[in-house]
Amino acid sequence: MVELVTKARFMSLGDAVAEHLFDGATVAFEGFSHLIPHAAAHEVIRQGFRNLVLVRMTPDLIYDQMIGMGCAHSVVFSYAGNPGVGLLRRMRDAIENGWPHPIEICEHSHAALANAYVAGASSLPFMVFRGYRGVDLPKVNSEIRWVQCPFTGEELAAVRSMFLDLAVVHAQKADHQGNVLVEGIVGMQKEAVFAAKHAVATVEEIVEELRTHSNACILPSWVLDAICVVPGGAHPSYAHGYYSRDNASYLEWNKISADRDSFLSWMRENVTQQTPDVFAARAAGFRYAT
Amino acid sequence: MTHFTPTEMMVIAAARALSSNDICFAGVGPPSEACNLARLVHAPDITLIYESGTIGARPHVLPLSVGDGELCETALSTVSVSEMFRYWLQGGRIPIGVLGAAQIDRYGNINTTVIGDYRSPTVRLPGGGGAPEIAGSCDQVYIIVSQSRRTFVDRLDFITTYGHGTGRKARQSTGFTTKGPTILFTDMAIWKPDPETRELTVVSLHDGVRREQMTKSVGWNVQYADRVDATPVPSSGELEVLRDLHMRTRAAHTGRAQGHGECRDPI
Repeated sequence: MVELVTKARFMSLGDAVAEHLFDGATVAFEGFSHLIPHAAAHEVIRQGFRNLVLVRMTPDLIYDQMIGMGCAHSVVFSYAGNPGVGLLRRMRDAIENGWPHPIEICEHSHAALANAYVAGASSLPFMVFRGYRGVDLPKVNSEIRWVQCPFTGEELAAVRSMFLDLAVVHAQKADHQGNVLVEGIVGMQKEAVFAAKHAVATVEEIVEELRTHSNACILPSWVLDAICVVPGGAHPSYAHGYYSRDNASYLEWNKISADRDSFLSWMRENVTQQTPDVFAARAAGFRYAT
Repeated sequence: MTHFTPTEMMVIAAARALSSNDICFAGVGPPSEACNLARLVHAPDITLIYESGTIGARPHVLPLSVGDGELCETALSTVSVSEMFRYWLQGGRIPIGVLGAAQIDRYGNINTTVIGDYRSPTVRLPGGGGAPEIAGSCDQVYIIVSQSRRTFVDRLDFITTYGHGTGRKARQSTGFTTKGPTILFTDMAIWKPDPETRELTVVSLHDGVRREQMTKSVGWNVQYADRVDATPVPSSGELEVLRDLHMRTRAAHTGRAQGHGECRDPI
Protein backbone atom coordinates (compact mmCIF):
# COMPACT_ATOMS: atom_id res chain seq x y z
CA MET A 1 0.00 0.00 0.00
CA VAL A 2 1.11 3.53 -0.69
CA GLU A 3 1.46 5.19 2.69
CA LEU A 4 2.19 8.72 1.60
CA VAL A 5 0.87 10.38 -1.50
CA THR A 6 3.86 11.93 -3.17
CA LYS A 7 4.37 13.08 -6.70
CA ALA A 8 6.76 11.41 -9.06
CA ARG A 9 10.26 12.83 -9.27
CA PHE A 10 12.21 13.24 -12.49
CA MET A 11 15.40 11.25 -12.07
CA SER A 12 18.15 9.62 -14.07
CA LEU A 13 17.41 5.98 -14.87
CA GLY A 14 20.45 4.91 -12.86
CA ASP A 15 19.21 6.74 -9.75
CA ALA A 16 15.61 5.58 -10.17
CA VAL A 17 16.63 1.91 -10.37
CA ALA A 18 19.13 2.20 -7.51
CA GLU A 19 16.58 3.90 -5.27
CA HIS A 20 13.52 1.72 -5.97
CA LEU A 21 14.83 -1.77 -6.61
CA PHE A 22 16.44 -4.18 -4.15
CA ASP A 23 17.79 -7.72 -4.24
CA GLY A 24 14.94 -10.21 -3.85
CA ALA A 25 12.24 -7.75 -4.95
CA THR A 26 9.13 -8.85 -6.83
CA VAL A 27 9.20 -6.66 -9.90
CA ALA A 28 7.33 -6.44 -13.20
CA PHE A 29 8.68 -4.79 -16.34
CA GLU A 30 5.40 -4.75 -18.26
CA GLY A 31 4.52 -3.87 -21.85
CA PHE A 32 2.67 -6.36 -24.05
CA SER A 33 4.94 -6.66 -27.13
CA HIS A 34 4.90 -2.84 -27.09
CA LEU A 35 6.71 -0.26 -24.93
CA ILE A 36 8.86 -3.00 -23.40
CA PRO A 37 11.20 -1.22 -20.96
CA HIS A 38 14.49 -2.47 -22.40
CA ALA A 39 16.60 0.46 -21.19
CA ALA A 40 15.41 -0.03 -17.61
CA ALA A 41 16.08 -3.79 -17.74
CA HIS A 42 19.60 -3.11 -18.99
CA GLU A 43 20.17 -0.68 -16.13
CA VAL A 44 19.11 -3.40 -13.66
CA ILE A 45 21.62 -5.79 -15.26
CA ARG A 46 24.39 -3.17 -15.02
CA GLN A 47 23.65 -2.51 -11.37
CA GLY A 48 23.88 -6.26 -10.72
CA PHE A 49 20.64 -6.91 -8.84
CA ARG A 50 20.14 -10.52 -7.77
CA ASN A 51 17.36 -12.90 -6.66
CA LEU A 52 14.62 -10.91 -8.37
CA VAL A 53 11.15 -12.39 -8.77
CA LEU A 54 10.55 -11.30 -12.35
CA VAL A 55 6.90 -10.98 -13.37
CA ARG A 56 5.82 -10.45 -16.98
CA MET A 57 3.10 -11.95 -19.12
CA THR A 58 5.58 -12.43 -21.95
CA PRO A 59 9.16 -12.59 -20.58
CA ASP A 60 10.43 -11.59 -24.03
CA LEU A 61 14.04 -10.62 -24.68
CA ILE A 62 14.46 -8.53 -21.52
CA TYR A 63 13.90 -11.44 -19.13
CA ASP A 64 15.94 -13.74 -21.36
CA GLN A 65 18.77 -11.25 -20.84
CA MET A 66 18.20 -10.76 -17.11
CA ILE A 67 17.96 -14.53 -16.52
CA GLY A 68 21.10 -15.15 -18.56
CA MET A 69 22.96 -12.50 -16.55
CA GLY A 70 21.97 -14.11 -13.26
CA CYS A 71 19.47 -11.50 -11.97
CA ALA A 72 16.52 -13.86 -11.51
CA HIS A 73 15.47 -16.02 -8.61
CA SER A 74 12.22 -16.92 -10.33
CA VAL A 75 10.00 -15.95 -13.22
CA VAL A 76 6.22 -15.53 -13.16
CA PHE A 77 4.92 -15.62 -16.72
CA SER A 78 2.25 -16.77 -19.16
CA TYR A 79 4.03 -17.03 -22.52
CA ALA A 80 7.79 -17.48 -22.72
CA GLY A 81 8.54 -17.13 -26.40
CA ASN A 82 10.44 -14.83 -28.73
CA PRO A 83 7.25 -13.69 -30.49
CA GLY A 84 7.00 -15.02 -34.02
CA VAL A 85 10.60 -16.24 -33.86
CA GLY A 86 10.79 -19.15 -31.45
CA LEU A 87 11.82 -19.91 -27.92
CA LEU A 88 13.68 -17.91 -25.31
CA ARG A 89 17.01 -19.69 -25.30
CA ARG A 90 18.55 -18.21 -22.15
CA MET A 91 15.39 -18.89 -20.16
CA ARG A 92 15.35 -22.43 -21.55
CA ASP A 93 19.00 -22.94 -20.62
CA ALA A 94 18.22 -21.88 -17.05
CA ILE A 95 15.18 -24.18 -16.81
CA GLU A 96 16.64 -27.16 -18.68
CA ASN A 97 20.30 -26.96 -17.57
CA GLY A 98 20.42 -24.61 -14.61
CA TRP A 99 22.67 -22.04 -16.35
CA PRO A 100 23.86 -19.62 -15.04
CA HIS A 101 21.93 -20.99 -12.05
CA PRO A 102 18.62 -22.82 -11.62
CA ILE A 103 15.50 -20.65 -11.54
CA GLU A 104 12.02 -21.31 -10.26
CA ILE A 105 9.03 -20.71 -12.46
CA CYS A 106 5.42 -19.84 -11.69
CA GLU A 107 3.52 -20.36 -14.90
CA HIS A 108 0.05 -19.08 -15.77
CA SER A 109 -2.16 -18.55 -18.78
CA HIS A 110 -2.56 -14.96 -20.03
CA ALA A 111 -6.09 -14.77 -18.64
CA ALA A 112 -4.90 -15.90 -15.21
CA LEU A 113 -1.95 -13.52 -14.96
CA ALA A 114 -4.04 -10.64 -16.30
CA ASN A 115 -6.59 -11.39 -13.59
CA ALA A 116 -3.84 -11.60 -10.95
CA TYR A 117 -2.68 -8.09 -11.90
CA VAL A 118 -6.27 -6.81 -11.83
CA ALA A 119 -6.69 -8.27 -8.34
CA GLY A 120 -3.46 -6.64 -7.20
CA ALA A 121 -4.47 -3.31 -8.71
CA SER A 122 -7.88 -3.62 -7.02
CA SER A 123 -6.29 -4.50 -3.66
CA LEU A 124 -8.19 -7.78 -3.52
CA PRO A 125 -6.61 -11.04 -2.34
CA PHE A 126 -7.53 -13.05 -5.44
CA MET A 127 -9.55 -13.01 -8.64
CA VAL A 128 -11.96 -15.54 -10.09
CA PHE A 129 -12.26 -16.36 -13.75
CA ARG A 130 -13.56 -19.08 -16.03
CA GLY A 131 -10.43 -20.92 -17.01
CA TYR A 132 -7.93 -23.72 -16.47
CA ARG A 133 -10.63 -26.38 -16.83
CA GLY A 134 -9.32 -29.83 -17.68
CA VAL A 135 -5.71 -28.76 -18.21
CA ASP A 136 -2.46 -29.70 -16.48
CA LEU A 137 -1.16 -26.33 -15.27
CA PRO A 138 -3.11 -26.44 -11.98
CA LYS A 139 -1.27 -29.72 -11.21
CA VAL A 140 2.12 -27.96 -11.28
CA ASN A 141 1.21 -24.47 -10.03
CA SER A 142 -0.20 -24.35 -6.50
CA GLU A 143 -1.14 -20.68 -7.02
CA ILE A 144 -4.08 -21.90 -9.10
CA ARG A 145 -7.03 -22.87 -6.93
CA TRP A 146 -10.77 -23.33 -7.32
CA VAL A 147 -13.70 -21.55 -5.71
CA GLN A 148 -17.41 -22.07 -5.84
CA CYS A 149 -19.62 -19.15 -6.83
CA PRO A 150 -21.69 -18.31 -3.70
CA PHE A 151 -24.67 -17.44 -5.92
CA THR A 152 -24.78 -20.09 -8.65
CA GLY A 153 -22.53 -22.85 -7.34
CA GLU A 154 -20.37 -22.74 -10.48
CA GLU A 155 -16.80 -23.85 -9.91
CA LEU A 156 -14.38 -21.17 -11.06
CA ALA A 157 -10.62 -20.83 -11.21
CA ALA A 158 -9.04 -18.56 -8.63
CA VAL A 159 -5.67 -16.91 -8.90
CA ARG A 160 -3.77 -15.19 -6.11
CA SER A 161 -3.27 -11.42 -6.48
CA MET A 162 -0.09 -10.12 -7.96
CA PHE A 163 1.37 -7.67 -5.47
CA LEU A 164 4.59 -6.10 -6.68
CA ASP A 165 7.38 -4.28 -4.90
CA LEU A 166 8.08 -2.37 -8.08
CA ALA A 167 6.51 -1.90 -11.50
CA VAL A 168 8.61 -0.53 -14.36
CA VAL A 169 6.94 0.69 -17.54
CA HIS A 170 7.96 2.62 -20.63
CA ALA A 171 5.53 5.25 -21.98
CA GLN A 172 5.34 7.87 -24.68
CA LYS A 173 5.45 11.07 -22.71
CA ALA A 174 5.17 12.95 -19.45
CA ASP A 175 4.17 16.53 -18.77
CA HIS A 176 6.18 18.76 -16.44
CA GLN A 177 3.91 17.80 -13.55
CA GLY A 178 4.91 14.16 -14.00
CA ASN A 179 1.66 12.82 -15.47
CA VAL A 180 2.41 10.05 -17.96
CA LEU A 181 0.53 9.06 -21.12
CA VAL A 182 0.51 5.47 -22.42
CA GLU A 183 -0.93 4.99 -25.92
CA GLY A 184 -1.45 2.22 -28.47
CA ILE A 185 -1.33 -1.34 -27.19
CA VAL A 186 -1.59 -0.50 -23.49
CA GLY A 187 -1.18 -4.12 -22.37
CA MET A 188 -1.07 -4.45 -18.60
CA GLN A 189 1.04 -1.41 -17.73
CA LYS A 190 -1.69 0.38 -15.81
CA GLU A 191 -2.62 -2.74 -13.84
CA ALA A 192 1.05 -3.42 -13.02
CA VAL A 193 1.57 0.14 -11.75
CA PHE A 194 -1.54 -0.06 -9.58
CA ALA A 195 -0.50 -3.50 -8.25
CA ALA A 196 2.90 -2.16 -7.12
CA LYS A 197 4.16 -0.38 -4.01
CA HIS A 198 6.45 1.70 -6.21
CA ALA A 199 6.48 2.48 -9.90
CA VAL A 200 9.07 3.86 -12.29
CA ALA A 201 8.22 5.06 -15.79
CA THR A 202 10.73 5.73 -18.53
CA VAL A 203 9.37 8.05 -21.23
CA GLU A 204 10.32 9.15 -24.71
CA GLU A 205 10.03 12.85 -23.91
CA ILE A 206 8.65 15.56 -21.65
CA VAL A 207 6.06 17.85 -23.20
CA GLU A 208 4.32 21.05 -22.12
CA GLU A 209 0.88 19.45 -22.36
CA LEU A 210 -0.18 15.84 -22.96
CA ARG A 211 -2.88 17.07 -25.41
CA THR A 212 -4.97 13.94 -25.41
CA HIS A 213 -8.61 12.90 -25.09
CA SER A 214 -10.71 12.25 -22.00
CA ASN A 215 -10.41 8.47 -22.12
CA ALA A 216 -6.67 8.25 -22.60
CA CYS A 217 -4.59 5.93 -20.44
CA ILE A 218 -2.94 8.37 -18.02
CA LEU A 219 -0.78 7.48 -15.04
CA PRO A 220 -1.05 10.58 -12.85
CA SER A 221 2.06 11.80 -11.10
CA TRP A 222 0.83 10.60 -7.71
CA VAL A 223 0.69 6.92 -8.73
CA LEU A 224 4.33 6.98 -9.88
CA ASP A 225 7.56 7.40 -7.94
CA ALA A 226 10.04 8.26 -10.64
CA ILE A 227 10.06 9.35 -14.26
CA CYS A 228 13.16 8.99 -16.38
CA VAL A 229 13.52 10.44 -19.84
CA VAL A 230 15.06 7.73 -22.01
CA PRO A 231 14.36 8.31 -25.71
CA GLY A 232 14.34 5.00 -27.57
CA GLY A 233 14.10 3.18 -24.23
CA ALA A 234 11.81 0.46 -25.61
CA HIS A 235 14.07 -0.55 -28.53
CA PRO A 236 14.01 -3.18 -30.11
CA SER A 237 10.37 -3.14 -29.00
CA TYR A 238 8.50 -0.07 -30.22
CA ALA A 239 6.78 3.08 -29.10
CA HIS A 240 3.52 3.81 -30.91
CA GLY A 241 3.79 7.25 -32.51
CA TYR A 242 7.59 7.38 -32.14
CA TYR A 243 9.36 4.40 -33.69
CA SER A 244 8.50 0.98 -35.04
CA ARG A 245 9.52 -2.47 -33.86
CA ASP A 246 13.00 -3.58 -34.88
CA ASN A 247 11.88 -7.03 -35.97
CA ALA A 248 15.30 -7.86 -37.36
CA SER A 249 16.80 -7.54 -33.87
CA TYR A 250 14.23 -10.01 -32.54
CA LEU A 251 15.25 -12.43 -35.28
CA GLU A 252 18.95 -11.82 -34.56
CA TRP A 253 18.43 -12.45 -30.85
CA ASN A 254 17.60 -16.03 -31.72
CA LYS A 255 21.19 -16.48 -32.94
CA ILE A 256 22.92 -14.37 -30.30
CA SER A 257 21.16 -16.19 -27.47
CA ALA A 258 21.74 -19.66 -28.93
CA ASP A 259 25.20 -19.89 -27.39
CA ARG A 260 26.39 -18.88 -23.89
CA ASP A 261 29.61 -17.26 -25.12
CA SER A 262 28.01 -15.24 -27.90
CA PHE A 263 25.32 -14.19 -25.41
CA LEU A 264 27.87 -13.03 -22.82
CA SER A 265 29.99 -11.16 -25.32
CA TRP A 266 26.89 -9.46 -26.75
CA MET A 267 25.79 -8.45 -23.25
CA ARG A 268 29.25 -7.06 -22.46
CA GLU A 269 29.42 -5.04 -25.64
CA ASN A 270 25.80 -3.84 -25.75
CA VAL A 271 24.67 -3.67 -22.14
CA THR A 272 27.28 -3.73 -19.39
CA GLN A 273 29.65 -1.35 -21.18
CA GLN A 274 26.87 1.03 -22.26
CA THR A 275 24.62 3.67 -20.72
CA PRO A 276 20.90 4.47 -21.22
CA ASP A 277 21.96 7.19 -23.67
CA VAL A 278 22.62 4.64 -26.41
CA PHE A 279 18.92 3.87 -26.86
CA ALA A 280 18.10 7.09 -28.72
CA ALA A 281 20.51 6.12 -31.49
CA ARG A 282 19.34 2.50 -31.56
CA ALA A 283 15.74 3.57 -32.18
CA ALA A 284 16.69 6.37 -34.57
CA GLY A 285 16.55 4.22 -37.70
CA PHE A 286 13.02 3.13 -36.87
CA ARG A 287 11.50 6.52 -36.14
CA TYR A 288 8.31 7.50 -37.90
CA ALA A 289 8.80 10.06 -40.63
CA THR A 290 7.77 13.45 -39.27
CA MET B 1 -2.13 -26.81 -62.45
CA THR B 2 -0.16 -24.24 -60.49
CA HIS B 3 2.42 -25.78 -58.19
CA PHE B 4 1.82 -25.26 -54.48
CA THR B 5 3.39 -26.44 -51.23
CA PRO B 6 1.60 -28.53 -48.57
CA THR B 7 1.90 -25.59 -46.15
CA GLU B 8 0.24 -23.26 -48.64
CA MET B 9 -2.55 -25.79 -49.05
CA MET B 10 -3.01 -25.92 -45.27
CA VAL B 11 -3.32 -22.17 -44.88
CA ILE B 12 -5.57 -21.80 -47.93
CA ALA B 13 -7.88 -24.61 -46.77
CA ALA B 14 -8.22 -22.92 -43.37
CA ALA B 15 -8.81 -19.48 -44.92
CA ARG B 16 -11.69 -20.89 -46.97
CA ALA B 17 -13.50 -21.86 -43.77
CA LEU B 18 -13.69 -18.20 -42.68
CA SER B 19 -16.20 -15.63 -43.91
CA SER B 20 -16.89 -11.90 -43.67
CA ASN B 21 -19.38 -12.54 -40.87
CA ASP B 22 -16.82 -14.23 -38.65
CA ILE B 23 -15.21 -12.73 -35.57
CA CYS B 24 -11.96 -14.55 -34.84
CA PHE B 25 -9.37 -14.58 -32.12
CA ALA B 26 -6.16 -15.14 -34.12
CA GLY B 27 -2.91 -16.56 -32.76
CA VAL B 28 0.37 -15.69 -34.50
CA GLY B 29 1.83 -17.94 -37.18
CA PRO B 30 -0.40 -20.02 -39.47
CA PRO B 31 -3.62 -19.00 -37.63
CA SER B 32 -3.02 -15.31 -38.26
CA GLU B 33 -1.87 -16.13 -41.79
CA ALA B 34 -5.09 -17.99 -42.60
CA CYS B 35 -7.25 -15.24 -41.06
CA ASN B 36 -5.55 -12.51 -43.05
CA LEU B 37 -5.58 -14.54 -46.25
CA ALA B 38 -9.34 -14.96 -45.85
CA ARG B 39 -9.68 -11.21 -45.33
CA LEU B 40 -7.67 -10.44 -48.47
CA VAL B 41 -9.27 -13.06 -50.72
CA HIS B 42 -12.97 -13.49 -49.95
CA ALA B 43 -13.83 -12.19 -46.46
CA PRO B 44 -13.08 -8.44 -46.50
CA ASP B 45 -15.27 -7.75 -43.47
CA ILE B 46 -13.96 -10.47 -41.17
CA THR B 47 -13.16 -9.16 -37.67
CA LEU B 48 -9.71 -10.20 -36.51
CA ILE B 49 -8.88 -9.91 -32.83
CA TYR B 50 -5.44 -10.38 -31.30
CA GLU B 51 -4.76 -10.98 -27.63
CA SER B 52 -2.82 -7.72 -27.41
CA GLY B 53 -6.24 -6.05 -27.31
CA THR B 54 -6.49 -5.06 -30.97
CA ILE B 55 -10.03 -5.45 -32.31
CA GLY B 56 -10.73 -5.41 -36.05
CA ALA B 57 -7.08 -5.35 -37.14
CA ARG B 58 -6.37 -5.14 -40.89
CA PRO B 59 -2.59 -5.51 -41.17
CA HIS B 60 -0.86 -5.03 -44.52
CA VAL B 61 1.81 -7.58 -43.56
CA LEU B 62 1.63 -10.54 -41.20
CA PRO B 63 2.51 -9.59 -37.64
CA LEU B 64 5.63 -11.11 -36.13
CA SER B 65 4.05 -10.80 -32.69
CA VAL B 66 0.47 -10.45 -31.48
CA GLY B 67 1.39 -6.94 -30.40
CA ASP B 68 2.88 -5.52 -33.60
CA GLY B 69 2.22 -1.82 -34.12
CA GLU B 70 0.37 -2.33 -37.37
CA LEU B 71 -2.35 -4.32 -35.62
CA CYS B 72 -3.12 -1.36 -33.39
CA GLU B 73 -2.76 1.22 -36.16
CA THR B 74 -5.27 -0.60 -38.38
CA ALA B 75 -7.65 -1.73 -35.62
CA LEU B 76 -11.11 -0.39 -34.97
CA SER B 77 -10.22 -0.18 -31.29
CA THR B 78 -7.49 -1.29 -28.91
CA VAL B 79 -8.32 -2.28 -25.35
CA SER B 80 -6.13 -3.36 -22.44
CA VAL B 81 -5.10 -7.00 -22.22
CA SER B 82 -7.19 -7.49 -19.08
CA GLU B 83 -10.26 -6.09 -20.81
CA MET B 84 -9.58 -8.37 -23.79
CA PHE B 85 -9.50 -11.50 -21.66
CA ARG B 86 -12.25 -10.51 -19.24
CA TYR B 87 -14.93 -8.72 -21.28
CA TRP B 88 -14.31 -9.80 -24.85
CA LEU B 89 -13.11 -13.37 -24.52
CA GLN B 90 -14.63 -14.56 -21.22
CA GLY B 91 -17.68 -12.42 -21.96
CA GLY B 92 -18.39 -14.58 -24.99
CA ARG B 93 -17.99 -11.91 -27.68
CA ILE B 94 -15.55 -13.88 -29.85
CA PRO B 95 -17.18 -16.91 -31.52
CA ILE B 96 -14.11 -18.44 -33.22
CA GLY B 97 -10.60 -19.04 -31.87
CA VAL B 98 -7.92 -20.02 -34.37
CA LEU B 99 -4.99 -21.83 -32.74
CA GLY B 100 -1.75 -23.65 -33.57
CA ALA B 101 -0.12 -26.47 -31.58
CA ALA B 102 3.27 -27.97 -30.75
CA GLN B 103 1.67 -31.33 -29.91
CA ILE B 104 -1.90 -32.45 -30.54
CA ASP B 105 -3.70 -35.68 -29.70
CA ARG B 106 -6.61 -37.46 -31.34
CA TYR B 107 -9.14 -35.46 -29.32
CA GLY B 108 -7.73 -32.08 -30.24
CA ASN B 109 -6.11 -31.47 -26.86
CA ILE B 110 -3.01 -29.29 -27.31
CA ASN B 111 0.41 -29.09 -25.69
CA THR B 112 2.48 -25.93 -26.05
CA THR B 113 4.16 -26.15 -22.63
CA VAL B 114 6.88 -28.81 -22.40
CA ILE B 115 8.27 -31.88 -24.10
CA GLY B 116 9.20 -34.35 -21.38
CA ASP B 117 8.68 -33.85 -17.66
CA TYR B 118 7.39 -30.44 -16.55
CA ARG B 119 10.04 -30.04 -13.83
CA SER B 120 12.97 -31.19 -15.96
CA PRO B 121 11.82 -30.81 -19.55
CA THR B 122 13.64 -32.02 -22.63
CA VAL B 123 12.30 -28.95 -24.41
CA ARG B 124 10.73 -26.00 -22.67
CA LEU B 125 8.10 -24.58 -25.06
CA PRO B 126 6.60 -21.07 -24.72
CA GLY B 127 3.52 -22.11 -22.71
CA GLY B 128 -0.18 -21.48 -23.00
CA GLY B 129 -0.47 -17.74 -23.54
CA GLY B 130 -4.08 -17.03 -24.38
CA ALA B 131 -4.89 -20.50 -25.72
CA PRO B 132 -6.35 -22.28 -22.66
CA GLU B 133 -9.09 -19.69 -22.21
CA ILE B 134 -9.56 -19.08 -25.96
CA ALA B 135 -10.34 -22.78 -26.27
CA GLY B 136 -12.78 -22.53 -23.38
CA SER B 137 -14.56 -19.27 -24.14
CA CYS B 138 -14.77 -19.12 -27.95
CA ASP B 139 -17.73 -21.15 -29.15
CA GLN B 140 -15.59 -23.00 -31.70
CA VAL B 141 -11.86 -23.63 -32.10
CA TYR B 142 -10.18 -24.06 -35.47
CA ILE B 143 -6.72 -25.63 -35.27
CA ILE B 144 -4.01 -25.26 -37.92
CA VAL B 145 -0.88 -27.39 -37.63
CA SER B 146 1.44 -29.41 -39.89
CA GLN B 147 1.36 -33.19 -39.50
CA SER B 148 4.34 -35.12 -38.16
CA ARG B 149 4.91 -37.94 -35.67
CA ARG B 150 6.56 -35.41 -33.37
CA THR B 151 3.43 -33.25 -33.34
CA PHE B 152 0.58 -35.76 -33.74
CA VAL B 153 1.17 -37.87 -30.66
CA ASP B 154 -0.70 -40.70 -29.01
CA ARG B 155 -0.27 -39.09 -25.60
CA LEU B 156 0.50 -35.45 -24.85
CA ASP B 157 3.40 -34.70 -22.53
CA PHE B 158 1.28 -31.91 -21.01
CA ILE B 159 -2.30 -30.74 -21.56
CA THR B 160 -1.97 -26.99 -22.05
CA THR B 161 -5.29 -26.47 -23.83
CA TYR B 162 -8.34 -28.68 -23.52
CA GLY B 163 -10.01 -29.99 -26.67
CA HIS B 164 -12.36 -32.94 -26.34
CA GLY B 165 -10.49 -34.45 -23.38
CA THR B 166 -10.82 -38.22 -23.45
CA GLY B 167 -13.60 -38.07 -26.02
CA ARG B 168 -17.36 -38.64 -26.06
CA LYS B 169 -18.96 -36.41 -23.39
CA ALA B 170 -15.74 -35.58 -21.57
CA ARG B 171 -15.80 -31.91 -22.59
CA GLN B 172 -19.30 -31.31 -21.26
CA SER B 173 -18.65 -33.18 -18.04
CA THR B 174 -15.53 -31.06 -17.49
CA GLY B 175 -17.86 -28.07 -17.38
CA PHE B 176 -17.53 -26.56 -20.84
CA THR B 177 -20.57 -25.19 -22.63
CA THR B 178 -18.64 -24.27 -25.80
CA LYS B 179 -18.02 -26.64 -28.73
CA GLY B 180 -14.21 -26.87 -28.60
CA PRO B 181 -12.23 -27.91 -31.69
CA THR B 182 -14.64 -28.28 -34.62
CA ILE B 183 -12.10 -28.51 -37.43
CA LEU B 184 -8.38 -29.17 -37.91
CA PHE B 185 -6.42 -28.12 -40.96
CA THR B 186 -3.07 -29.76 -41.68
CA ASP B 187 -0.68 -29.83 -44.62
CA MET B 188 -2.21 -33.16 -45.64
CA ALA B 189 -5.87 -33.17 -44.68
CA ILE B 190 -8.91 -31.65 -43.06
CA TRP B 191 -10.15 -33.34 -39.90
CA LYS B 192 -13.37 -32.99 -37.91
CA PRO B 193 -14.40 -34.57 -34.62
CA ASP B 194 -16.56 -37.65 -34.97
CA PRO B 195 -20.08 -36.76 -33.75
CA GLU B 196 -20.08 -39.63 -31.23
CA THR B 197 -16.52 -40.32 -30.12
CA ARG B 198 -15.26 -36.75 -30.69
CA GLU B 199 -12.05 -38.23 -32.11
CA LEU B 200 -10.61 -36.14 -34.93
CA THR B 201 -11.46 -37.93 -38.15
CA VAL B 202 -10.21 -37.25 -41.66
CA VAL B 203 -12.94 -35.74 -43.82
CA SER B 204 -10.84 -34.47 -46.73
CA LEU B 205 -7.42 -35.32 -48.15
CA HIS B 206 -5.35 -32.71 -49.94
CA ASP B 207 -4.33 -33.30 -53.53
CA GLY B 208 -1.87 -36.17 -53.95
CA VAL B 209 -1.85 -37.23 -50.26
CA ARG B 210 -1.99 -41.01 -49.78
CA ARG B 211 -3.25 -42.85 -46.73
CA GLU B 212 0.23 -44.35 -46.12
CA GLN B 213 1.59 -40.81 -45.71
CA MET B 214 -1.15 -40.11 -43.20
CA THR B 215 -0.23 -43.22 -41.22
CA LYS B 216 3.45 -42.28 -41.21
CA SER B 217 2.83 -38.75 -39.96
CA VAL B 218 0.36 -39.49 -37.16
CA GLY B 219 1.14 -41.24 -33.87
CA TRP B 220 -2.19 -43.03 -33.58
CA ASN B 221 -4.46 -45.12 -35.75
CA VAL B 222 -5.99 -42.56 -38.14
CA GLN B 223 -9.77 -42.72 -38.46
CA TYR B 224 -11.47 -41.73 -41.72
CA ALA B 225 -15.02 -40.51 -42.17
CA ASP B 226 -17.35 -42.68 -44.26
CA ARG B 227 -16.96 -40.16 -47.03
CA VAL B 228 -13.52 -38.61 -47.57
CA ASP B 229 -13.46 -35.65 -49.94
CA ALA B 230 -10.61 -34.35 -52.05
CA THR B 231 -9.66 -30.82 -50.93
CA PRO B 232 -9.93 -28.51 -53.95
CA VAL B 233 -6.44 -27.38 -54.95
CA PRO B 234 -5.52 -23.73 -54.42
CA SER B 235 -6.67 -21.35 -57.11
CA SER B 236 -4.08 -19.16 -58.78
CA GLY B 237 -5.80 -16.19 -57.13
CA GLU B 238 -5.45 -17.65 -53.62
CA LEU B 239 -1.81 -18.52 -54.22
CA GLU B 240 -1.01 -15.10 -55.62
CA VAL B 241 -2.49 -13.27 -52.63
CA LEU B 242 -0.78 -15.61 -50.16
CA ARG B 243 2.62 -15.28 -51.84
CA ASP B 244 2.32 -11.51 -52.08
CA LEU B 245 1.47 -11.41 -48.39
CA HIS B 246 4.55 -13.48 -47.59
CA MET B 247 6.79 -11.33 -49.75
CA ARG B 248 5.57 -8.12 -48.11
CA THR B 249 5.95 -9.71 -44.68
CA ARG B 250 9.51 -10.89 -45.31
CA ALA B 251 10.53 -7.48 -46.62
CA ALA B 252 8.98 -5.74 -43.62
CA HIS B 253 10.48 -8.01 -40.96
CA THR B 254 14.00 -8.51 -42.20
CA GLY B 255 14.57 -5.10 -43.74
CA ARG B 256 16.47 -2.66 -41.62
CA ALA B 257 15.89 1.06 -41.67
CA GLN B 258 18.22 2.83 -44.05
CA GLY B 259 20.49 5.81 -43.65
CA HIS B 260 21.29 5.63 -39.96
CA GLY B 261 24.82 4.64 -39.12
CA GLU B 262 23.83 3.50 -35.64
CA CYS B 263 21.59 0.74 -36.97
CA ARG B 264 24.44 -1.61 -37.54
CA ASP B 265 25.23 -4.86 -35.79
CA PRO B 266 22.74 -6.68 -33.64
CA ILE B 267 21.47 -4.28 -31.04
